[in-house]
Amino acid sequence: MTETPITARQDWMSVLAKAPPARLAALMPDLPPHDLLRSPETGAVMVRGRAGATGAAFNLGEMTVTRCSVRLAGGAVGHAWVQGRDRAHATRAAVADALMQTEAAPRVRADVLEVLRAEAEGRRAARAARAAATKVDFFTMVRGEDA
Amino acid sequence: MYVAVKGGERAIDNAHGWLAEERRGDPAVPELTVAQIREQMRLAVNRVMAEGSLYDPDLAALAIKQARGDLIEAVFLIRAYRTTLPRLGASNPVETAAMAVDRRISATFKDLPGGQVLGPTFDYTHRLLDFRLAAGDEVPAAATVPAQTGPVPHVTGFLNRDGLIEAAPPCDAVPPDLTREPLELPADRALRLQAITRGDEGFILSLAYSTQRGYGRTHAFVGELRIGAVAVEVEIPELGFAVEIGEVELTECETVNQFKGSKTEPPQFTRGYGLVFGQSERKAIAMSLVDRALRWKELGEDYVGAPAQDEEFVLSHCDNIQATGFLEHIKLPHYVDFQAELELIRRLRAEATAASRQEAAE
Repeated sequence: MTETPITARQDWMSVLAKAPPARLAALMPDLPPHDLLRSPETGAVMVRGRAGATGAAFNLGEMTVTRCSVRLAGGAVGHAWVQGRDRAHATRAAVADALMQTEAAPRVRADVLEVLRAEAEGRRAARAARAAATKVDFFTMVRGEDA
Repeated sequence: MYVAVKGGERAIDNAHGWLAEERRGDPAVPELTVAQIREQMRLAVNRVMAEGSLYDPDLAALAIKQARGDLIEAVFLIRAYRTTLPRLGASNPVETAAMAVDRRISATFKDLPGGQVLGPTFDYTHRLLDFRLAAGDEVPAAATVPAQTGPVPHVTGFLNRDGLIEAAPPCDAVPPDLTREPLELPADRALRLQAITRGDEGFILSLAYSTQRGYGRTHAFVGELRIGAVAVEVEIPELGFAVEIGEVELTECETVNQFKGSKTEPPQFTRGYGLVFGQSERKAIAMSLVDRALRWKELGEDYVGAPAQDEEFVLSHCDNIQATGFLEHIKLPHYVDFQAELELIRRLRAEATAASRQEAAE
């Protein structure tokens, strides 16, 4: 399956958005010069569900989100929408999104995105392994009439 | 005569100063941090997020600290805060079928694809106080086994394949939003679900219990209960495509309800639905029972006058911030209203006394 540019960008924007802010900051301590096209702004996104999981949409409740848009000196424009209220997280994610559209992309991919992706996978697997250990194995007891 | 009075500023300031001191408690005991509340009082944080209707564990933990553990006061703080946030958009409906499940159980099918996964549950504990927690013992690491990756399909999906349960066909109409327009009755199911998911857990629990005891009985089985993380995907307007911008922990409950058919529907199972922020199992089960009870009209069932069937009663009273606001306002100064009542009673008494004197004289 070949990835179109949009799905690749959706993917890296998601990895950046879901990253723990402190980890992203540790992996990208220094940001290249950039202009803020939209300063980090915190607001709310209404999270929706579906009645019966598959039916009509309804409003479940809001979550905090911070968005930011930047332009690098070379002209690349980056956007970020990240969960939570961390302005530095949104700014860093927007800069990383912009860098991914420049020749710095392979370096950002290797040094930031792949590290974050592996750590996220590790956290997911750790929870899944704990859940798996609580899976019930049913066994049939000796029936009264068999004894 | 109406007399405006002022005063109390010094008393109020001093009361709030004392409140801060009482909130801190004994200074010889280390102060709680917001991170400690977020990590170790998770279910309280979840409740404040669900009823505050804002998913942000740090804010909910701060609200609990500020409210001295009064969860309704904490919900009030979150509701007040959320009004200051600009609305950036709405997510695509979350895909609970793709949830990374911590817990997933069914009371209707023993063997089901994905299995019965208990997760971090209080079920099967003996409810004996554990004094090792008071002593602060180290917690051993939880057991792990390699997880099988594979889909964990919804139980109602199997029943649906056989046509034994009512379908829930997708509909992408923009749902009504209680936080944008005032509640209007009759409410559609989407509006009811929004109101109940942010409603008071105690109120929804009691209503659900009343249906089990016979006030609008719906014969509910927990078809499935699942808890875990789902991705939140939002269309980014400046880009024209959707991005998963974060993850929320949700509890989902689907009930399967006995239904012998009606004038319009064949005998089949019907559904009640609960979806709540965080690990909020009691609330999700209760929500699904109340949702089902409120659906009597669309399923052509009889209205038996049960409170849980009365959407005006349920939706007008389930919000604990509205309820506590109106309840507690009666403790605030009503000096002028009360003065008028006092005048009235005095006049009536004077008239009654005068009348009885006149009778005696005659």
